[in-house]
Amino acid sequence: MASHYEAPIRKPLVTGDKTYHDVTVDVAAPVEGKPNRQWWIVFGISLTVFLWGLGCIIYTISTGIGVWGLNKTVGWAWDITNFVWWVGIGHAGTLISAVLLLFRQKWRMGINRSAEAMTIFSVIQAGLFPIIHMGRPWLGYWMLPIPNTFGSLWVNFNSPLLWDVFAISTYLSVSLVFWWTGLLPDFAMIRDRAVKPFQKKIYSLLSFGWSGRAKDWQRFEEVSLVLAGLATPLVLSVHTIVSFDFATSVIPGWHTTIFPPYFVAGAIFSGFAMVQTLLIVMRKVSNLEDYITVQHIELMNIVIMITGSIVGVAYITELFIAWYSGVEYEQYAFLNRATGPYWWAYWAMMSCNVFSPQFMWFKKLRTSIIFSFIISIVVNIGMWFERFVIIVTSLHRDYLPSSWTMFSPTFVDIGIFMGTVGFFFLLFLLYAKYFPVIAQAEVKTILKSSGEKYKRIRDGK
Amino acid sequence: MQKDKKYWKSSEELKKDSKVLKKFRTKEFIEKLPEDIFLSNKKTLEDSTTNRRDFLKYVGFTTAAASIAACEGPVINSVPYVVQPDEIVPGNANYYASAIANGFDYRNVLVKTREGRPIKIEQNKEASTFGECNARVLASVLSLYDSNRLKGPKLDGEDISWDEFDEKIIGKLTNLSQENKRVILLTHTLPSPTTQKIIDKFILKYPNVKHIVYDSISSSETLDAFESFFGLRAYADYDFSKAETIVSIDADFLGDWQGGGYEGGYSKGRIPKGSKGKFSMSYHIQFESNMSLTGANADQRISCKQNVLKRILLEIYSQIIPGNLNILPGSNGLGEMTRKRVIDVVKRLKRSGKKAVVVSGIQNVEIQKMVLEINQFLRSIVVDIEQPRLIQKGKNDGIKYVVDGITNGSIHGILTFGTDPGYTLPMGTDFVKALEKIDLSVVFSMKENETSIGSKYIAATPHYLESWGDFEFKYGHYSLAQPTIKPLFNTRQFQDIILKWIGEKSTYYSEIKKNWKANILEGNSWNKSLHDGFYISNKKLKPRTINLNSEYNFDDPLNTLTDDSIELVLYTKIGMGDGCQANNPWLQEFPDPITRTTWDNYLTVSMKDAKKFGFKNINIANGGLNGSYAKIEALGKEIVVPVLIQPGQAEGTMGLAFGYGRIKGMNEEMQVGVNSFKLYQNFERIQNAKITLQSNEYHEFACIQLHNTLMGRGDIIKETTLDVFNSKDKSYWNPVPVVSKNHIEMPVNSGEVDIWKSFDRSIGHHFNMSIDLNACTGCGACIIACHSENNVPVVGKREVRKSRDMHWLRIDRYYSSEQSFESDNEAVDAISGLGETLSVMDDMEKANENPEVAFQPIMCQHCNHAPCETVCPVAATSHGRQGQNHMAYNRCVGTRYCANNCPYKVRRFNWFRYNKNDEFDYNMNDDLGRMVLNPDVVVRSRGVMEKCSMCIQMTQKTILDAKLEGRKIADGEFQTACSKACGSNAIVFGDINDSNSKIKKLKVDDRSYHLLENVGTKPNVIYQTKVRNKDIS
Repeated sequence: MASHYEAPIRKPLVTGDKTYHDVTVDVAAPVEGKPNRQWWIVFGISLTVFLWGLGCIIYTISTGIGVWGLNKTVGWAWDITNFVWWVGIGHAGTLISAVLLLFRQKWRMGINRSAEAMTIFSVIQAGLFPIIHMGRPWLGYWMLPIPNTFGSLWVNFNSPLLWDVFAISTYLSVSLVFWWTGLLPDFAMIRDRAVKPFQKKIYSLLSFGWSGRAKDWQRFEEVSLVLAGLATPLVLSVHTIVSFDFATSVIPGWHTTIFPPYFVAGAIFSGFAMVQTLLIVMRKVSNLEDYITVQHIELMNIVIMITGSIVGVAYITELFIAWYSGVEYEQYAFLNRATGPYWWAYWAMMSCNVFSPQFMWFKKLRTSIIFSFIISIVVNIGMWFERFVIIVTSLHRDYLPSSWTMFSPTFVDIGIFMGTVGFFFLLFLLYAKYFPVIAQAEVKTILKSSGEKYKRIRDGK
Repeated sequence: MQKDKKYWKSSEELKKDSKVLKKFRTKEFIEKLPEDIFLSNKKTLEDSTTNRRDFLKYVGFTTAAASIAACEGPVINSVPYVVQPDEIVPGNANYYASAIANGFDYRNVLVKTREGRPIKIEQNKEASTFGECNARVLASVLSLYDSNRLKGPKLDGEDISWDEFDEKIIGKLTNLSQENKRVILLTHTLPSPTTQKIIDKFILKYPNVKHIVYDSISSSETLDAFESFFGLRAYADYDFSKAETIVSIDADFLGDWQGGGYEGGYSKGRIPKGSKGKFSMSYHIQFESNMSLTGANADQRISCKQNVLKRILLEIYSQIIPGNLNILPGSNGLGEMTRKRVIDVVKRLKRSGKKAVVVSGIQNVEIQKMVLEINQFLRSIVVDIEQPRLIQKGKNDGIKYVVDGITNGSIHGILTFGTDPGYTLPMGTDFVKALEKIDLSVVFSMKENETSIGSKYIAATPHYLESWGDFEFKYGHYSLAQPTIKPLFNTRQFQDIILKWIGEKSTYYSEIKKNWKANILEGNSWNKSLHDGFYISNKKLKPRTINLNSEYNFDDPLNTLTDDSIELVLYTKIGMGDGCQANNPWLQEFPDPITRTTWDNYLTVSMKDAKKFGFKNINIANGGLNGSYAKIEALGKEIVVPVLIQPGQAEGTMGLAFGYGRIKGMNEEMQVGVNSFKLYQNFERIQNAKITLQSNEYHEFACIQLHNTLMGRGDIIKETTLDVFNSKDKSYWNPVPVVSKNHIEMPVNSGEVDIWKSFDRSIGHHFNMSIDLNACTGCGACIIACHSENNVPVVGKREVRKSRDMHWLRIDRYYSSEQSFESDNEAVDAISGLGETLSVMDDMEKANENPEVAFQPIMCQHCNHAPCETVCPVAATSHGRQGQNHMAYNRCVGTRYCANNCPYKVRRFNWFRYNKNDEFDYNMNDDLGRMVLNPDVVVRSRGVMEKCSMCIQMTQKTILDAKLEGRKIADGEFQTACSKACGSNAIVFGDINDSNSKIKKLKVDDRSYHLLENVGTKPNVIYQTKVRNKDIS
């Protein structure tokens, strides 16, 4: 691939006069060095928040779901909102590493490792909620179709929640394998450079005995392609299935056929925003500005803008169809979203998800690192609200007005959500410290074609 | 066989004259024992006092002790029957007919017992009168298992024995009697022939005793009016099923007016009868101040101030019975609108003639006399004068005499039974203080109460389910109460105690039997009466005609209340009554049918007044309802009470319920609300009061319905008017929603537009339930019956406030937003454009100032295409062969997906563990309270979903019984707790595979519809369209 010709007008994907060795050194630096002060501060905060969330989870499981703010009408709120939000975030990683691989988008190489790490860590957070939101989580294994001695008891294959179990577990395992496969040559690189015997031992275990022979590389390429082929449908299917939780129900505001594409677009939208948030910080902290360039940020901003617009069209379509359906309950559900007691959540969602990405039409703004960072945070807030709006505002006023009520979170609801954020960052920080955060083996393959130095030499400048 | 067969132990035995054998024969021990050493030491031998016998004793004792100690283990005091009683078969319920008469509720009941303990109260359907049980009566079984009950008699707060107790009091009574010092026996109305005899004997023995009857909530004036005409302190009885026109002026006859229990007859007349085009039903107009249950059910409800109510009655009287010079038509100070209404009412009354009736709850002798006159003039067949109700006899001056006597020292002893004047008197605390000074004060009570604080003696009396009793609730209608369980505590019945004090050897039971055989049964079987629970004799009052046009002078009632003052109207809630069962958690958690608020009483205020006084009701972030505090100043007292804005409340009036604010003998959680008896001065239900906003603080209500209007969703409660019902086709007033398939509109209930396969229903039973919205009065008896049958947990005020009530069955109450629900629907249909949508829908959220009201009982609809069933990942909820939607609690993992996907929101989640949990200290948290649990229904654990099961334990029992007896099941045998408890027969349950069943006919009735039919859930619960009689005469 290194021989691939690249047009001179294409911007270099690796800036700075990097040689192969420079790449190695840059990527290995955080692993070989000691974490700095900021790392420890953020790690400390994340750990504290995580432990607080863990405490809230233990309190919930020992006392009852009643410690949350739910009630007879609103049976899901923050729990499933968080679940869908985290699953959605995960989608960007798979899209970047699998879909962009199939489309031979080379710019993905700078960011795919971290994006995939993010996928795995956020799917772990997501996976927590379906378990802890159960009234009797110790019986959670009943959701699995395992042969049992309870008689002829079997799971209900009609239930979208069961489909979720399959979708999420498949997603997590495929992503993990894909991610690890990509990590093998890089782990081997660290192993080869390691001077401490313990470190060497660990990294040689992690690299599964990568030898660097041509056969290894050939198999590596093949497996990557196969896994990319497997993961690509997952990008579409996982969030489609998550959307079925709502789409197959009878509740106005949930029972909507537009949900699958709308959820997938939203997932990619929020996932890219999270990648943006993480990488803008990481490229600075780990001195990776040459690998994660402004061009990367700009490209991701374009994805955010497009998916954000798709989501916006979906919102408007929902409103139109509600009106067009002529169904009184459906119409009221959407009227209530926009003007009911939770109007602020709806308009928070609208402004964060539909209006804010429109700034990315301006090149100046989409190449501004600070602005991109702010928008990425805003988008993630908006996407959390989107799920909250769908879940809570549809439930709190459904068919019979006698059952209408409101939802308000307790400290436990908030604590558990914050705890998963803490857990996520905890995992990501550990990853940033101990894992090669750039797919250096892959980057090296494009260094000659897309590296700034080599491009300049080739173009004779 | 050889007979002299010998066995040998050693070969030595075979030898003759063996030396060894010889040695053994002479000596037991071959080797020498060292006895010499032991015996030679004389000193030790003599010092020892232990002889052989002692030694054996010690050995025996220590062995026994050791073995007893080793056997120690958990001792469970469950003693099996030595001889099992014939009537108790484990697993089978026994029913006993009995009666309740607690001073406020008087009913014939059926008590369901399991393994010897009462677990449920049901209607005694065979009793022709007083058989319809309200929520309080059904809940009374829980009061039996109240852990605050007295365990035995007390003197000065210390436990004493009954013998000592009797001795001391007999001594006191004898002394007081010899000194001829006045002793008062204060009781609630005891409509008991035998008790009356016992009391008479008591007075004969102690002539200084005077019996005073005191009804905590008095209708003395009504009784006076009746007495003045007919010579008996009684209430006329009414049969509303015969009524064509019902005019009620502040009579809450579906509530507690004159003992209540009129819903059955009323509902009969409310269901349209006849054939197409000629259907008829009763017309009911209600004039009142508070929004009562009766007013909510009326075809027309006019809210007005109390003094206007009186004028309305005068006007009706003057128009119907002309000739009284004091009261002339048109001169009664009514506004033009009201006068027109009255003219219309009179026209209707005259047209209906003997099928018309006027009733009134205004406590005024003249008014009540006039009502009796009007009904007589109309020759109303609705009114029963010959066999009146005898359930209240109290005279207002009676208690006045007692209070005066106790304060001025002319009364030296008081025995109170069944009443709690310390709580129910406006000056209760002063009264209790005065009690401390008098010679003898005895309280007969099940529990410590406000009066017992100041009393020296407390006689612990049993609950009615542990007691004997005989009653005459209605002239010639006798009832018997029998114990259904051995007294749980060391208690004695009031009557038995009195018999002891007068030195009689007999018991109340033997006295009842003697009295009944001699005076009541007219030769009929005692056993049969006891079995039935009642006996009806033919005795009747002699018919008397009232002389019409008595001399009425109305200066007084018209002027007592001025037009510009706030009238505080005290009332009783159907869930609490006078508060004698305030410690009953079922009743505390029972949502009031009108306000749907639990665990509280409150000041009901009209919207206009709320604005005027600055009262607010707001919903906080989790939906919980908050209300401002109002300060009531009346009679020199100040009471701070939360405000609930009540649509339909007459402007210038405010309502406040009795029965709350009790403290003594109550669990802490149950000490809620304020005591409005403090304002019940001179038994005036209406008081002039000054009302002000207390502070900016808010009271936290536990209201289970936070949205009050129907939002123009006319397909939820379908209703029409009698006119339309008669003249138009079903498709006009009860259309089935249509859906388009291939551009052809098809009804949603046709198989064509169904994507699901339907279940095979051809074999076995298929249960359906019909709820007639015309018959349902919203009284809520079914809610308590369901609670009791299905072990529904009580979750407390805090949880109810968070919308986590656990009721399996609820009765939704809606107010119209416009003048009527019909105009709501029209307003929503007429919307065009976004701007109008926003404004109209916004208006729809607010109830009208004087709304129409509709009730709708909702339980699990047992959908044939149940949305809950498809979404449960572990298949914990699935469909039964008999149509029920089952819930397997053991399988449930608690995802709550089913509850979210239920369009009817009937599923209830166990957010916490509600039993054996100190956080939920209600009946399921103490051993005594758990005795009420129905052993046929599992108590749900935390984290599982629960809901109405259509009482599958009851239907299965019916099936199994029929199978054992080898017979077919008759129509009406299948019942659920709610259908059994419904006094107005609004809920009908049965098998639609039985083509002759009542439910089958109801299913195909023109009025029937399914709730939210357009969702396609195909429920097994049917509603019958509500028909309102709004025809203009």
